[in-house]
Amino acid sequence: MSATSATAHAHTAHAAHHEVGFVRTYIFSTDHKMIARQFLFLGLFMMIIGGLLALMVRWQLAWPETPVPGLGWVLTETGGILEPSQYNMAFTMHATIMIFFVIMPILAGAFGNFCIPLMIGARDMAFPFLNMLSFWVAALSGVLMLAGFFVPGGHAAAGWTSYAPLSSVPEYTGTNWGQNLWCISLFVLGVSSMMGAINYITTIINMRAPGMRLFRMPLVVWSLFITAILLLLALPVLTSGVAMLLFDRTLGTNWFKPSGGGEPLLWQHLFWYFGHPEVYILILPAMGIASEILPVFARKPIFGYHAMAFSMIAIAFLSWVVYGHHMFVSGMNPALGMSFMVTTMIIAVPSAIKTFNWLGTLWGGRIQFTVPMLNALAFVWMFVIGGLSGIFMASTPVDIYIQDTYFIVAHIHYVVFGGSIFGAFAAIYYWFPKMFGRLMNTALGHLHFWPTFVFFNLTFFPMHIIGVGGQMRRIYNPLQYEFLQHQQHWNVLITISAIGLGIAQIPFVINFFWSLFAGPKAPLNPWNSNTLEWTAPSPPPHLNWGPTVPTVYRGPYEYTSPESREDFLPQSQPPLVRAGTSRH
Amino acid sequence: MLNWWLPENVSTYGQEIDWLFHLIYYITGGVFLLVTVALLSFLVIYRDRPGRRARYTHGNTPLEIVWTVVPALILVVLTFLSVPAWSRIKMTMPQTDFVVQVTGKQFNWQVTYPGPDGRFGTADDKTFLDEMHVPVGKPIRVNLRSQDVIHSFFVPQFRFKQDAVPGREIPQWFEVTKPGQYEVPCAELCGFGHSGMRAWVYAHTAEDYTRWAAENLRAGAAPAAPEAKKEPEKPVAKTGGRAKK
Repeated sequence: MSATSATAHAHTAHAAHHEVGFVRTYIFSTDHKMIARQFLFLGLFMMIIGGLLALMVRWQLAWPETPVPGLGWVLTETGGILEPSQYNMAFTMHATIMIFFVIMPILAGAFGNFCIPLMIGARDMAFPFLNMLSFWVAALSGVLMLAGFFVPGGHAAAGWTSYAPLSSVPEYTGTNWGQNLWCISLFVLGVSSMMGAINYITTIINMRAPGMRLFRMPLVVWSLFITAILLLLALPVLTSGVAMLLFDRTLGTNWFKPSGGGEPLLWQHLFWYFGHPEVYILILPAMGIASEILPVFARKPIFGYHAMAFSMIAIAFLSWVVYGHHMFVSGMNPALGMSFMVTTMIIAVPSAIKTFNWLGTLWGGRIQFTVPMLNALAFVWMFVIGGLSGIFMASTPVDIYIQDTYFIVAHIHYVVFGGSIFGAFAAIYYWFPKMFGRLMNTALGHLHFWPTFVFFNLTFFPMHIIGVGGQMRRIYNPLQYEFLQHQQHWNVLITISAIGLGIAQIPFVINFFWSLFAGPKAPLNPWNSNTLEWTAPSPPPHLNWGPTVPTVYRGPYEYTSPESREDFLPQSQPPLVRAGTSRH
Repeated sequence: MLNWWLPENVSTYGQEIDWLFHLIYYITGGVFLLVTVALLSFLVIYRDRPGRRARYTHGNTPLEIVWTVVPALILVVLTFLSVPAWSRIKMTMPQTDFVVQVTGKQFNWQVTYPGPDGRFGTADDKTFLDEMHVPVGKPIRVNLRSQDVIHSFFVPQFRFKQDAVPGREIPQWFEVTKPGQYEVPCAELCGFGHSGMRAWVYAHTAEDYTRWAAENLRAGAAPAAPEAKKEPEKPVAKTGGRAKK
């Protein structure tokens, strides 16, 4: 790694650099901020694909077997009507892309890379080269995943959970290389995640600035630290699982085939042993982001800093022992179901603690409704709904009925869209000035937030209702069932709202790219925040700070502190030595 | 309020599930209202106004303890309330002489009756495609199997759901309280014909069932013909059979 203090301005992408070449600055960069931007662009690009897939699924559910507008170009033989196998492919890939290639790259990849060194006062990650590799391996994984759309037989169509033996025997779905590529791609992504996780953990443990004690770290760093530990421990389980699945499909092993002595439930145990920590990997960074943004715009210290940190640690530990709640009616021993119900009820407590502490942070504040704040507040509110709907499934008898219905779909979307995606938007609006050195447009931000918030609720709240009515997930045509006929109007409403939700993202795209090239230059600390990243230039140069890294004197949330005349007190500002005070 | 959305319940233990559902619904609904009112009122009361200065506080330990312990207690109570229903539904099997075998395959439910000898796997077994006939007021034991992939036997109006896993036989039970015909969709993705994989359960009164059994299950009866299914007309759906193999 070359130790030059070259400033890499993202918005002058055409200016060839005189010290480090273009390729080393913008493509194979080892600088954590450039890698963060690369992860962000990967995630945003994939979000478009994942969103369009979701709209295809929704169109089919509202107006079954009518041509999807614009799809006639692609599906020439049916004129744009989704066949059942293509429909299965669409929802499988929607979930796979949104989880593995949107939320993980944006929250863990982009903001993990951007925030950790800048907020703990490190000049870069512990292993910059490994960091670069982790992005390019993730990009390779994305290419492999997208390649699956172009192979004969189509892409994976066994759901994002890929339950064996449906996924392990090619004849059952008619998909051959699509599912193989799905396995290979996730295997490669697992390798990438491990590199990133090792890097994050090492950096946080070893590279904090002087005075940056663990309990002076911003909560977003805490959340990313815990997420990295979960990634390190959970991803290998998925990685070995998809390897076993691939061997079953290609080499004739029998891990999951009962005819060869295998066990279908083994896949579910492996998958959910990864999968439940995974959903906390998706939500924890967003919790950290909300905990970061709420104090800034309430101009008030976070309520219960230690409770917030410890509740995240508790969630991380408990996430390993709740995974079986995905399998209450899977044929797993019902006595096990009972113990998983107990642990699942317990894990709701730390989430409740966090919610009440966010409310406590708002209480008595001086709340400024900026665009990042609006998104963070939406996160809190939507996470409450997502968390409360989870309690229905935690109760095993209720889950018998609720399992595999749209109630689950509503729950997961309230948590990972209402939670993680609003968290991601909040983070983009909040750190954009620091990341790219330019301010985003507030009016366009409101134009993006309000329709998104309204259409999000109109899209996903009615899913609770049709789920309670009994509509199963992953069905192609609800009109094939008599007991679902009477609620089809909800499906139509949901689809219209989903289209609105898609359209509502256009202002964001315009705002993002317009501000990237033509936004007003950002000041050093546009939000009057306390944390260290706002002491670096916008955007920070290579190695982030000048000759010395800042020294930390206090916690990250000293807003409206009596020690300061301002309503904020940066972590790196030396304490005032008052005249006449003597130390005893 | 929300029970308006639940399909009618016609099984014995369905009431317990519905009761728990409503209990959780009112608890979570109450919590949601409290949090929402608090959130919105804080946003209004503590909005940024000239001259306001935010309160400087780092938290409150008694408050932290309260909002840790209270949710924990509510959840413990919910757990204890859920345990008896769960063990009655999934962990115990009531005494019954009525046993059927249900085998899922892409994309049908095969329902097998043991015939007069009461044993499966003998020559007098009778197998029906996508239809099951049961008497009301009697526990029905269903031995769930699968021939190929995982399916899930889901009867919304019985509040009955259980995955059928290849390589094992999973005994389950239900008891119907009201005669009628009830849809049985498959609730676990099982391939391109997953949607539309459906059987019907016909619940008869005791004497009607005896008559049906005498006609269809006796030793000399012709094997059940799938075209004898009394499937009602589909009002709107244009497909249904397209994905059937």
